[in-house]
Amino acid sequence: MAHRWGMAVDLDRCTGCEACVIACRAENNIPTVGEQQARMGRALHWIRVERYYEGEFPDVKVKFQPVFCQQCDNAPCEPVCPTYASYHNAEGLNAQVYNRCIGTRYCANACPYTVRFFNFFNPVWDRPFHLQLNPDVSVRQVGVMEKCTFCVQRIKAAEIHAHEEKRELKDEVLQPACVQTCAPKALVFGDLNDPESEVSRLQRSRRGSKLLAELGTKPKVTYLQRDQWNEKDA
Amino acid sequence: MKKTPDQINQDLLRPVVQTSPSFFLACGILGAVVLVGCYAWGYQLYHGIGVAGIGRPVFWGFYITNFVFWIGISHAGTLISAILRLSNAGWRRPITRCAEVITVFSLCIGAMFPLIHLGRSWLFFWLFPYPSERGLWPNYRSPLLWDFFAINTYLIGSVTFLILPIIPDMALVRERCTGWRKRLYNFLSLGWRGTRRQWACLEVAMHILAILIIPVAVSVHSIVSWDFAMTPVPLWHSTIFAPYFVAGAIFSGIAALIIALVVLRRFLHLEEYLEPVCFDNLGKLLLLMSLLWFYFVFAERLTVWYGNESSEIAVLWLTQRGAYRWLFWLMVVCNLGIPFPLLAIRKLRTITGTCIASIAVVLGMWVERYLIIVPSLSRKFLPYAWGSYKPTWVEITITAATFAAMALLYVGFVKVVPIISIWELKVGMREEARILSAASESELIGVRSTASPQIAERIGLERTYQAKT
Repeated sequence: MAHRWGMAVDLDRCTGCEACVIACRAENNIPTVGEQQARMGRALHWIRVERYYEGEFPDVKVKFQPVFCQQCDNAPCEPVCPTYASYHNAEGLNAQVYNRCIGTRYCANACPYTVRFFNFFNPVWDRPFHLQLNPDVSVRQVGVMEKCTFCVQRIKAAEIHAHEEKRELKDEVLQPACVQTCAPKALVFGDLNDPESEVSRLQRSRRGSKLLAELGTKPKVTYLQRDQWNEKDA
Repeated sequence: MKKTPDQINQDLLRPVVQTSPSFFLACGILGAVVLVGCYAWGYQLYHGIGVAGIGRPVFWGFYITNFVFWIGISHAGTLISAILRLSNAGWRRPITRCAEVITVFSLCIGAMFPLIHLGRSWLFFWLFPYPSERGLWPNYRSPLLWDFFAINTYLIGSVTFLILPIIPDMALVRERCTGWRKRLYNFLSLGWRGTRRQWACLEVAMHILAILIIPVAVSVHSIVSWDFAMTPVPLWHSTIFAPYFVAGAIFSGIAALIIALVVLRRFLHLEEYLEPVCFDNLGKLLLLMSLLWFYFVFAERLTVWYGNESSEIAVLWLTQRGAYRWLFWLMVVCNLGIPFPLLAIRKLRTITGTCIASIAVVLGMWVERYLIIVPSLSRKFLPYAWGSYKPTWVEITITAATFAAMALLYVGFVKVVPIISIWELKVGMREEARILSAASESELIGVRSTASPQIAERIGLERTYQAKT
């Protein structure tokens, strides 16, 4: 049976440490753009930890929310691309074909989560970071859109490996960089087509909700959070 | 206007056969601005699209504003000219060609902007549906691809619509010049001899084109609006967008036409041809479109405000109370505040009055497109990803250069082609022109009805033919 990769984010566990952001950067060859460019909104970070504050000082509560590509089943970014650079692959991932992208930036406008990132210039890495580029991930040139891939290079490698060993691919051996590095285990990755997987179990949780579900994008990422209704119930 | 055909020829062919130093001066200044714009684009191609001011989340800025603006201006010509031809408005005769030229040139300029704005402009041809060995086709579901086809259809249609009525005038110029010009106009007149059959064919073709071009023009700006309306972005995702954009396009198109007419009238000394009645009537049209535009803006804003949906209200208040409020009120003043009194009061609806109103409208409609694109993108759904936009010198230079390019193309065109359709003007001077249908003009120019009675019947020539014999 085909896989259908999904993620669960437990907001009650997230500490906002941003280790996932750094891990993603290292794994996916994401360039740094410098302070001046970052101020123009051109920093590339496929995952970001949004911070929202509740209450008045000094009784302030900070809420962290890691936001990355929701790998929507009904993705607004896909139909608008005139060259099929952003398309839906067989496993339900919103793939981005860098070679095919001509940089209309239409997909980024259409994305309600604002999780698509554009290469405004050719990428550069401050020394010595140029020595740690991941050979499994292509480097993107100027004028090309990029985004979270659920570490598709790891998924493909695990699938090939499993195929060679003639066994079923089990999701516990497969983790994107952000999930692997998450110390409080707030991020859980897995196969949604496997009802026994942890991510399937968490997606069925009563604490779960989808980000901007009202837009009908059908995201494959579920956010888990205790709310008042649950607190009374529990 | 009581002029003999010889005087008309002399007056209207003067810019074509004589060249004054001011022509070279205008070409020099405009050409220099265009060259600076080309340098700016070259700079952007060399260094990367990042030299423009766009960022995340405002991925579209000046370039797409200019795209929508120029495609809007292109509705001046062909659409207005086609409607006036079909309704046989007598005052249209001196202005149709002037309008049609605006369409062709502003379409060319507008169609440049999607290419300028691409991250990898050199791969623009991937939008073309050409067979490739990899079996890759463009994505027909993308509104950008609909745009590609709509604009190309409109361009082909409006170029044909412009060139057809030019042919008899080219033959007229051909008879009056020598040397290389003779050879040039011999080529441009496409073998026109003024035979009955040729006049009949021209008429049938113009009649068919005038009808066909109207749905094409409406579809072009509807599709431009769907570039925005098809995406789930606050205030873009709206059913009102297609008619709103079409109305706005015709609005800015008429304004551009009035400005062009005022400039031509002054510099080519066409005071006796472009009479105040043209400006009076165009002014009334502009007034109608101004009110229609305001109706759309009011309807859009009222429903958004009353609906009170959180993401939409964030954009609404950004433009009403926030950073864009000055631009918003500038737009309302330019598109309604200034034109309304100037065009509604008969005493003020003079040539100067309509010209001032038109300049305000062109500015206001540019701002309108900017206000549609930028505030919506800077306030999308997740507040953490909100942002802003500031253009850089590259975008401003390229924008200025396109206005210069438009003027330069226009100046060049006026040098080659008489800007007032001479044969149509002569036809209009006959008494009968006021009562006959637009399709029977060959009768008036002194040519008998068509070779085939079937065609004559189809285009309504029969009646006039009988009346004359």
